[in-house]
Formats: sequence, structure tokens, C-alpha cells
Amino acid sequence: MQILDFGYMAELFPYLLGKLPITLGMASAGMLCALVLASGLAIVRVVQPPLINGAAKLFISFFRGTPLLVQLFLFYYGLPQLIESLVKIDGVTATILGLTLHFSAYMAESIRAAIVGIDRSQTEAALSIGMTQSQLMRRIVLPQATRIAVPTLMNYFIDMIKSTSLAFTLGVTELMGATQKEASSSFLYFEAFLTVAVIYWVVVELLSRIQKLMERKLNKAYQR
Amino acid sequence: MITVRGLTKFFGDTPVLNGIDLDIEQGEIIVVIGPSGTGKSTLLRCINMLESPDQGHITLGGHHVDFDRVSNDDRLTLRRKTAFVFQNYALFANKNALENVAERLIVVDGWPKAKAHARAGELLDRVGLNDKHTAYPAALSGGQQQRVGIARAMAANSDLILFDEPTSALDPEWVDEVLSVMKQLAQERQTMLVVTHEMQFARDVADRVIFMSGGNIVEQGPPEALFSAPKDPRTRNFLRKVLGPQAASSE
Repeated sequence: MQILDFGYMAELFPYLLGKLPITLGMASAGMLCALVLASGLAIVRVVQPPLINGAAKLFISFFRGTPLLVQLFLFYYGLPQLIESLVKIDGVTATILGLTLHFSAYMAESIRAAIVGIDRSQTEAALSIGMTQSQLMRRIVLPQATRIAVPTLMNYFIDMIKSTSLAFTLGVTELMGATQKEASSSFLYFEAFLTVAVIYWVVVELLSRIQKLMERKLNKAYQR
Repeated sequence: MITVRGLTKFFGDTPVLNGIDLDIEQGEIIVVIGPSGTGKSTLLRCINMLESPDQGHITLGGHHVDFDRVSNDDRLTLRRKTAFVFQNYALFANKNALENVAERLIVVDGWPKAKAHARAGELLDRVGLNDKHTAYPAALSGGQQQRVGIARAMAANSDLILFDEPTSALDPEWVDEVLSVMKQLAQERQTMLVVTHEMQFARDVADRVIFMSGGNIVEQGPPEALFSAPKDPRTRNFLRKVLGPQAASSE
């Protein structure tokens, strides 16, 4: 008797690959929305306008301080109870919403740190040539902050891809959900979950390569 | 003509500038000397509003600013009519030499990129960096970075270039190349206000030397007069320290 049913794995593999677009789609949508929201939050945290700053702090504190799974359940099962029109919120939307809010809280902090980390002399030089605050942000601070923030942000993206697996608890048939269904009908749990693990692993490995290339390109200006 | 009147600046409760009056003629080269912590750099930084003065007013390039009520426009105008050379060069780390010099022309003056780059190239050639146009700051020596800094200040074509100890952060080997670029600018009668500890530069180049102490202008005059016959004891004391005993007491 063989240890692993490789035939089953080979059959399962292309089927699961077909679910990859849902996984990557949710992660990409979540990442894009989170980037926008996190940049906004970061700028609020840097500029510190009185009222909004408090709200931003509370937001960040809550979404960093509670598990993603709890947040997903809150949106998927909890929200419709409060707001009638959300009864039809589907799992994919709830997942994207959860990923966006959850990860933007983390990303805001690393973008804020990157902005604050830019040397004061850079800002002063920009002001001295007569730039406005927004020109200084756009042309000097954000490009330099991007270089500092990209490695961390890519790590969050990788984390986000893996976190999409929680969507199966909301009934979404993404990679993990599909695997779960297949496994419970074939009873070949080890083969099924090993296959899906390999798929996640390869995707993350590819992204790490892309991250290295991006970092090399961004660091070009800073080499001696 | 640039006129500063009653320029006053506090850091917290501590007065740093006690009502500075200063007139600068077009084309005049002024060197400011004095012990550290006496407000020399703060004076420069107040003129282009990197620091916000508490009182006084300034007229520069036909624009009058009352420091009691400064608008955002005033701030931008003062900065656009002046240029600043920093002690630590402060080149934009994400831009190469050419882009550093061209940045102001593109962003502030609205020049097309090609024209701005051509002009920036000429300026870099003039400070002797013909072969470093596309080098990033991290790849340049201190002396080269500061020459880019000066070229960036020249690009502004401004009424006044403010030099804040431009050679103080440099290794001794790079000081001369920076000073010679500044001398060249002085010969072209670019109006300059220079804070420096390079006394020889002050003697050779300045039209007027200002000695500051304790947030005040204590004494000023042509370099030969101020260096050979300082009137105030504080000036004598300072010159004795920086030039050696015989230099200031011989007269």
C-alpha cells in the first residue's frame, strides 16, 4: 500500500488551481483598498488633525486588537442583523471588507513610520526651494517613504493571501474551501491539504521573488 | 536691496535673536561670524522662514512681510526669492544630481523638463561636476554633494543665497573645492549671506563681515577693519580664539 495517493493529488491540483483566481482576486482587491485606506490613515496620524486623529487611533487600535476571524464573522453574520439592506452581503464582499479594514490598520502604522523616518533635512530642502506641502509630500517624502515601506507592505500582502483561506468559514469556495469540500468527500485529507499547502507556498515564493526585484529597483538610487 | 528690521526669535522662553536690523545691497557678499549658539544659523533660517520669527519685518525683492502676520503665500514668496545651502548638503536622496538642480525649475518655475535639465547640466558643469550629472547623492563625496547643493541654489536665480556653514560638515580635503565655487559666485556678484568659520574666506571674499553674539549683531564692517581693529571686546575675544593670539592683538 502506498503512503500517498499521488494520482489523486495530480487530479486535484488543476481543479484547485482553478480556484486560485478567487483567492488572488480577494487578496488583490483587499490590498488595493487597504493601501488607499492605510495611506489616508497614515497621513492623518502624521499630521494629527484633532478629531480625526482620535478616530484614526481608535480604528487602528480596534482592527489590530481583534482577530481577523472575529472581524469577518462580525461583518458577515453581525452586520445584516443591524442593517437590513446588508442581508445579502456575500462571503467574498465580507472577506474583502474584513481584509481591507484589518490590514489597513497594520499598514497605516508602517506607512506612518516610513514617512516619519524621512530625514528632516529632506523636508527642509524641499521647503527651501519653495515647494508647497503637497508638492513636498508627492515628490520627496512619499517616494522615499515607499522605498522604506515596500518590504513590510509586501509582507502584509503575502499574509493577506494566506488569510483569504478564512473566507471558507463564510462559505466561499476559494482555495481552502474547495480543498475542504474535496477532502471530506474523498477522505484523503493529507493529500488534499498537502496539495493546497504547496499551491499557497509556490504563490508566496513567487511573490517573494518579485519583492526582491522591487527592492533592488527602489534601492538603485541609494547605492554607493 | 533687502531690509530686515527688528527680527526677533524665541525658542520657548529663550531669546535667540534680539531684534536684528540688517540691510543687504544687491550684489553684496556678507559673511556672518561668531561663537556657536549665537543665532547665526537661526538668522538665515528666519529669512527664508524655515523658522518662524516672532517679530519684525523683511522686505525682499519688492515683497514686504510682517512677521506678526505671515500668510502661506508670504512664506512661499520668501523661499522662492531666496536659496539655501545647507551644512549637511540635504540633497534629495531619491534624485540624481541633475534632478536635484532641475527640481526647483520644474516644480516651482514650471519649466518643461528638457529645458530644466539642460539648464541644470550647465550649472553642474560650472561647479565642476561635468561627469556626475546622473550620479545619486549616495555615490558622491561630501565636496561633490555640496557643489550640487550650490548648483541647486544657483538654479533659483534668486535675490539672495543663504549659506549655512557650507563647509563645516566636510572633510578638510573637500573644503577648498567648495570655497572656490563660492568665490566664483561672489565674483559674479551674486548676493550672498554666508555663515562660516572660514576666516580666510571672509577676508578674501566678503564686502562686509558681521560679528554676532548672544542673538545680537555686535559689530560689522569691511573685513580688513573688523579683523585688524575690532572695537568690541567680544569680537576681539572671539577673533583671538579662532585666529590665534597674535592675529587679533597685534593692532
